[in-house]
Formats: sequence, C-alpha cells, structure tokens
Amino acid sequence: MPALELTGISKHFGAIQALTGVDMTLEHGEALGLMGDNGAGKSTLVKVIAGNFPPSEGEIRIEGRTVHFAKPAEARAQGVEVVYQDLALCNNLTAAANVFLGREIKKRLGPLQWLDHNLMARRAGELFKELKSETRPRDLVRQMSGGQRQAVAIARTRLSQPRMVLMDEPTAAISVRQVAEVLDLIKRLRDSGMAIILISHRMPDVFAVCDRVAVLRRGRKVADKAIKSSSPEEVTGLITGAIERA
Amino acid sequence: MADTSKATPSAQVAIDPVLAVQQQTLLQRIAAAQSFWVTIALILICAVMSVKEPVFATEDNFFNITRNFAFIGIMALGMTPVIVTGGIDLSVGSVMGLVAIVSGSVLLKQPIDFMPDWWNNADWTHSWFMAIILGLAAGAIAGLVNGVLIAYVGLPPFVVTLGMLSAVRSVAVVLSESKMLYDFRPDQAATFKALGGGENFGLALGFRVSNPFLIFVILTLLLGLVLKMSAWGRHIFAIGGNEQAANLTGVPVKRVKVQAYVICSLSAALSAILSVGWSGSANNSLGQSYELLAIASAVIGGANLMGGEGTAYGAFIGSALIFVIRNSLLMAGVDSNWQGMFVGSFIILAVVLERVRGKRRE
Repeated sequence: MPALELTGISKHFGAIQALTGVDMTLEHGEALGLMGDNGAGKSTLVKVIAGNFPPSEGEIRIEGRTVHFAKPAEARAQGVEVVYQDLALCNNLTAAANVFLGREIKKRLGPLQWLDHNLMARRAGELFKELKSETRPRDLVRQMSGGQRQAVAIARTRLSQPRMVLMDEPTAAISVRQVAEVLDLIKRLRDSGMAIILISHRMPDVFAVCDRVAVLRRGRKVADKAIKSSSPEEVTGLITGAIERA
Repeated sequence: MADTSKATPSAQVAIDPVLAVQQQTLLQRIAAAQSFWVTIALILICAVMSVKEPVFATEDNFFNITRNFAFIGIMALGMTPVIVTGGIDLSVGSVMGLVAIVSGSVLLKQPIDFMPDWWNNADWTHSWFMAIILGLAAGAIAGLVNGVLIAYVGLPPFVVTLGMLSAVRSVAVVLSESKMLYDFRPDQAATFKALGGGENFGLALGFRVSNPFLIFVILTLLLGLVLKMSAWGRHIFAIGGNEQAANLTGVPVKRVKVQAYVICSLSAALSAILSVGWSGSANNSLGQSYELLAIASAVIGGANLMGGEGTAYGAFIGSALIFVIRNSLLMAGVDSNWQGMFVGSFIILAVVLERVRGKRRE
C-alpha cells in the first residue's frame, strides 16, 4: 500500500491556479525528487500535503485512508513531517525550544504543568549529535550558522517516528560539507522505510539520493519517472519546457 | 573495519570540543539584560535621593511610591505578553475608566435603566464581589474584542486598540452620565475599599506595604513563572519571534494572541478596581494616558516593541523607575510638568539602547 497517494490535486488562490490535477504516489522507503522552476507549484504541493491549506479539489490518501487536514498538527499526527524552505525557526528562542516548538515536553503535578527545560535540551542535544551537527541546544538560533539552523529544522522531524518527511530546499543555505551530511541523512531516513519528498533546485542532490523524479511546470505534473531512466539534461528540459512531457 | 572504528571516535572528538565550549555565563547574561542596567539606575537615584532628601527614604514615602507605581505596574505586566507577541494595546487606560464606572455603579446600588427589576432590587447583585466580578468581566470583554479583531480578523493591533481607546472611554462616560461616582453602599464598599486602600493584606508584617503593591509583586512573580516555565509563555515568545514559523509548527497562534489581549485588559481592570478601592470614588476619566505609562514601563524594562523580547521583572523595574523619577523630581522642587519630558526621554533612550545591543548581536 503506498505511503501517499494524490489524485487530481488542484489548488487555486482566487484567480491564480497554483496546481492543476496533480496525481502522485509514493511508496515507503522511496525518495521522490520534486523539481520545477520558481512558481511551478512545488511549495504549494508540499503545503497541501502538510495540511497548511486544503486542496481546492482532489484527494489525499495516506496508507490507503483518505485524509483531510485542517492544520499542520493534524498532518503531523498522521506521521507527516515537514522541513520548510525558510526553516520556520524563531530567532529569539534557543535551538532546543525551536525543536520542541508546539510539542513541548512538560512535567506534571496535579493540574500544574511546566516545561521540562533540561530534558528538552538533552533530547535536542542527542538529536544534533545524531545529525553530526555542532549545535548547542541552549544557544539562541539568532547566533547560528546556516548549517546549524538546518540541523535544528531537521531535528524537529526526528522527534516522532514519521512515516513521511517532506523537505523543501533542505540544502539551499548550507555549506558543501553540510550538504553531504544532509544527503546522507536523507538516505538513512529512506533506508529506514520512510517516504521522502525532496524539493530542490540542486540537480546533483536529487540525482544523488532520489529513486524517482517528478517535474512540475506551471502547476501541472509533466514528468514522473525513475532516476535511472532519466538524466539531468532531460530534467532541465522538462523544467524549462524545452521538453514538453516525459 | 579498524579504520571506521577509529574514524568514529575522532569525528566525535572533532564535535565535542565545540559543544563543550562554555556557554554564556550567568554574569554575562545578566549584564546583557536591559532590566539589569535599569535596576542599577534605580539604585543610584534612590541612593542620591536618600542622601539629599531625608524625606525620600522614609517608610511613608516608600509606601506611597510603591502603591502609586503598582497601579501602572500591574498594567505593564499585562502589557508585556502583548508586546512580546509583537502587538500593542493602547486601550488599557480607557478600560480602567470603564471598569471603574462598572464597579462603582454596582456599589452605588442605583437602579440601572436597562437592567431588570429583580437585578436592581436584589442585594447580592450590588455586593463587593459582584463589583469585582463585573469589573473584571467588562475588562475581559474589551480584551476579547481587541483580541478577536487582531488575531482572527487580522487587523493591526495599533488601529484596533486605538479605536477601543476611544470607544471604551465613551461607553464609560455614557454609563456614568458624566458624573463621578462616590457615596458607595457603606457595608459593601468597606470590603471593596479595603482591597485597594488597605495594607499588608491585613496581616501583621512589621512594615507597611500597600495591598496594590503586594498584589503587584505576586503578579510579577506569577508572570515571570508563566513566561519562563509554561508552554503558553514559550508560544508568546515564538509568535513574537516568527509568527509564520509558530503557525507552521502547530502553535495555536490565534488563540494565544486573543488570550494575551484578554490578560492585558484584565490587568487594567484589576488596576482600576484597586484604584477605585483606594480612592473611594469612580471617575470615568480614570486611566487617561496611563496606556503610555504602562507601555513605557514595559519598554524601559527591556520589552521589544518589535516583539520577541520582554520580561515580568522588566515591567516591574520599568514602572518603578518612572515613579521614582517622578517622586524625585517633585521632591527636588522641579516643576511637575517636566515629568513627561523625563519619561519620554527614557522611552527613547531605552529603544536606542535596544538598537545598540541588537547591532552588537549581529
């Protein structure tokens, strides 16, 4: 049973048609590269899957069940985790606070609940170590490098045992060495049976870790094929429109 | 095999020294806080005044100053979460006026035209606790309207609360029929007045502290705890830091914002109730221009009007500084009309300091 099935997904904002009739399936343990030019609808598609806004038309099925997400928390409860393009970090909070934002660990005593700062810092530290990132849980995100910020955003997805991770340009703002680490991480996630959608402008990244590549152009899916049977040249042609369809 | 087992520890070694680097020491963090420098300024002013003016360091003067700044300080506490979310509430002064009139009317037991007879005749509807409950309710409603218009309708906080400033004051004036309310029911008013006008909560403490100041201290500790230790407090800061991110990560942004505005208005309501109790009369002009003092207190104490920063202690020390300066100027025989000049300068100075610190951080 596929981890994710999209049928006929359309999304319009007023008169602007962002997505038109997108069909897509994604299996467990599969990494799909989603490519397209700016404004092709990649981020919109991710946000529809992640529950940021509902599709205007079409159906989303996760492991065979039709789902309607009203907000991101509902998608997360179904095992859909997202790393957003702008990373969605709060500069004025610590790394640990950002990792646990919206699902803080609390101590309880009767009706009283309070944040367990130490446990959150420790767990965040473990996650950063797992990601091989030199990030201190109690440092403010404001003071961090691009790679460290990336680590914080990715560490968030590791809090639960997600079934699916959507990554919107995870390698856009980081150093070459860190790109390799992020790609390694994506491979490990995939090998552990997770379904992954990787949005990227960087062709080498997609060809390095993805099993399949899908191309969006002006809100329509124009290609969806195995990486092995495609080439960077073909994908470039599909993105720009030099090749109509594949 | 041997290679990988070696590589792993060495990779760990490469990471660990960075992790082990000393984080900011406590002292460094304290010195970086604006409220720390305001505290130093406050201590200096108090020291100078104690030497120059013998009257300054007396128990009576301490009693009066602390009571006076408690009214503003309680509002500054309520203002702090709103400012931290990146908002502002200009309506708190008017809310004070409305609450004063609502509580005052209850204590007067004059028949109110639009209320049913059983209400106007009953005794319990004009008791001291109904005066408090209805006063707080009036404040909560104003805060709720603010919050809903800002969070759900998406209007700018400045505009919404500026409108409320005008609207709520006008309701207060109409309800009071432009009269000052006094001559409250003696039995019920005694308890009500004791709350705001009494001292030491009626306990034998060995020194005199006004009830409003005691309440202010307790609320400061409470807000400090809430901002540091609760998920709600963390969400307030997250919204001020990056509202979009807070939303994406599942923080109930709209609900939290409404709660912040309701709490802010409730603090103004409480302040009004204490103030009416202390003065024994309710005036529809109560709280005029207090919104500026409350905002100034929070900002002087380090709250950032752009959002994302602010502390309960900052609101406390900020309001203390404003009122100690006021008191000092009066004692030094400076024309009291110069007070505004000093408060204004301090607000601007506080924001300049914030800028300088912000630059250094980047």
